[in-house]
Amino acid sequence: MKLALAGNPNCGKTTMFNNLTGASQYVGNWPGVTVEKKEGKLKEHKDIIVTDLPGIYSLSPYTLEEVVARNYLLEEHPDVIIDIVDATNIERNLYLTTQLLETGVPVVIALNMMDVIKKRGDKIDIKKLSEKLGCPIVETSALKGTGLTKLIETALGVAKTVEVQPIVHKFAADVEASLTDIVGILSGIVSQNSLRWYAIKLFERDEKVEAHFKFKADTRNKINEIIKLCENQYDDDSESIITNERYTFIHGLMRECVKKREEQMTISDKIDRVVTNRVAAIPIFIGVMFLVYFISVSWLGTIVTDWTNDVLFGEWISGWASDGLAAIGAADWAQSLVVDGIIGGVGAIIGFVPQMLILFVLLALLEDCGYMARVAFIMDRIFRKFGLSGKSFIPMLVASGCGVPGVMASRTIENESDRRMTIMTTTFVPCGAKLPIIALIAGAMFPENSWWLAPCAYFLGIGMVIISGIILKKTKPFAGEPAPFVMELPQYRVPGAKGVLIHMWERGKSFIIKAGTIIFASTVVIWLLSNFNTSFEMVDTSESMLAGIGNAIAPVFAPLGFGDWQSSVATITGLVAKENVVATMGVLHGIADATEESVALLASVAGTFTVVSAFSFMAFNLLCAPCFAAIGAIKREMGNAKWTWAAIGYQTLLAYVVAFIIFQLGSVFVLGQPFGVGAVIAIALIALIVWLMARKGYDPSKKRETLSAVEANS
Amino acid sequence: MKQRTSEAKTLRNTQCGQTVTVMRLTGSGAIKRRIMDMGLTKGTQVYVRKVAPLGDPVEVTVRGYELSIRKADAEMIEVS
Repeated sequence: MKLALAGNPNCGKTTMFNNLTGASQYVGNWPGVTVEKKEGKLKEHKDIIVTDLPGIYSLSPYTLEEVVARNYLLEEHPDVIIDIVDATNIERNLYLTTQLLETGVPVVIALNMMDVIKKRGDKIDIKKLSEKLGCPIVETSALKGTGLTKLIETALGVAKTVEVQPIVHKFAADVEASLTDIVGILSGIVSQNSLRWYAIKLFERDEKVEAHFKFKADTRNKINEIIKLCENQYDDDSESIITNERYTFIHGLMRECVKKREEQMTISDKIDRVVTNRVAAIPIFIGVMFLVYFISVSWLGTIVTDWTNDVLFGEWISGWASDGLAAIGAADWAQSLVVDGIIGGVGAIIGFVPQMLILFVLLALLEDCGYMARVAFIMDRIFRKFGLSGKSFIPMLVASGCGVPGVMASRTIENESDRRMTIMTTTFVPCGAKLPIIALIAGAMFPENSWWLAPCAYFLGIGMVIISGIILKKTKPFAGEPAPFVMELPQYRVPGAKGVLIHMWERGKSFIIKAGTIIFASTVVIWLLSNFNTSFEMVDTSESMLAGIGNAIAPVFAPLGFGDWQSSVATITGLVAKENVVATMGVLHGIADATEESVALLASVAGTFTVVSAFSFMAFNLLCAPCFAAIGAIKREMGNAKWTWAAIGYQTLLAYVVAFIIFQLGSVFVLGQPFGVGAVIAIALIALIVWLMARKGYDPSKKRETLSAVEANS
Repeated sequence: MKQRTSEAKTLRNTQCGQTVTVMRLTGSGAIKRRIMDMGLTKGTQVYVRKVAPLGDPVEVTVRGYELSIRKADAEMIEVS
């Protein structure tokens, strides 16, 4: 038996799903799209599968989530839909209900958050509401876990006894007449169960449904005439007529079934008055963000990460592993593989896990209490300017600590194009692991006066986010439909501990799995390459395959000013973890245990680089493809390989172009070298970037206009 | 689309603290549908609650809940 959970975002659906299924959850994607699909088995009824549909407001054909949900309901025919309705926001929540009822799948309403309603003193006549909607209603509180047993009983009862959902609610007589005409055309073509659904969709001129039927021209004309007639009567388009009719019906229900006490300032209103106050909002916002950053990145986060890296992995695990391997008499190479390769590589990444979990707890708290929506509300004005949305702020802030949770924090952005853009650009913000690179260059090249380099690196990163936003927004894949920023600002509530922890664990788990697979494999490969030569003899890094590869690709970096094999190898090892760049430079310059502060390394680096090539090297390493952990996160959040490669390719290409411009123009203007071909190309590249930013760009509305023009002619 | 909105009173140029009634929606397709899906349909009462600290978007109360809407989209909503 199959059970589907449907409801608006913020209606308590996730909590309900967790309550219903317990630990038996499977999280994946809906086939072919990046929308998350969650399934689980009903507690105590292991043969019943619960599918959590995406949180949606409507079943329109315009957003991916809505299309996924309606295709599932019509094609997979679950036995019953549990429609979760937030009783505190009943009017808008029932709007989706009216559409779910029309799919023909039997519906049971879980009227959620009834505890809040009772506390407020509002009254809802459940019996009457149930009659008017034609489906059973069960009062629940997902947060407190009440009403669940009755909900399951009712749902199972309905699944066994009701074949097709009876549709009780009716629209105005003229609209019903038009629908009846369309039903006449459709009968015999579609099954009796979903007749009304398809009739309404055709009346709305739903392009996805029209395409599904492939009607002949005369049938299309006949339907079109029916719709036109009604549209003329109402002086409105058919889609608006249906939407209006739904809300008119619901408004009637409100008058009959819901009694609200006198309008009063709720606690939520009072909180909101302060939190998004015109004067206080920004200081409060900065304070909250500072706290999140401070706790998860600087203070508690660093403590746990340092402990995991230095003590847990650095001393205990690698100590045990070395001793253990030595005790059983393992070969040197095996010890090196396990201790330096696997524990060193995977450990460096696992070290971030506790820090990420802390961050995820904080983010889950912000999200569940309702502040996240206010962050978007406050920051939207700024981020919209360069093609992102207010919700992109959090990932960028987090990425300044570590790109991995930064990329993962982008999950809260509903709009797919905004989300992809955020994922692609968020690792431009220098993360904690990139700081040693900046410090190395600063110490080596500008020993007297280096304070300006770090801010410079941040400006470079943020500048690239902005430039990329403007350029990418004008390309076809990102232009898309202009997404309206119509966002619900949910009521503030006290978040439940269980929900927050589940939230945190879901995100953390996927990262740990990634660290155990892809990242594990890639660290082994890099270890192999850096410790063996082509005849598989164990050698120093300078004679290894990696050095060979470094030599081979070094010419690629020559136009950027660092065409020596050491810098190339350092850049490659930076892919495992950016901290490796400095360590590798140390190894390759023959200085053991080098840090960014070692005098010998600084002198050696200062000898290989000029001021300009050092800056170019830094810029390339800050902007190019991030470490494997972050690439893994990008792949996970993009949900497909094509977009992952596009993101990494774009980042690396941009890094190359920026480093090229810095080196070529820097050589001319700073070092006073003659003006050559390189400088000309650099200027041409700047011109190209300016043009890409200034051009009109791809306009999806143009395509639509021509389409409707064709329709008008035919 | 543009000529019409410059004359009529829209949600964009409604003062904070005012309650207005939606008269009609200009525009089409996904944006219009989304605005209507959120409950901003003909005849609905809308209370303009506040403007974001940086001047955009605006927060309105509609059908008993709070909604944030960009001024550019609010311009598509004619009110009286």
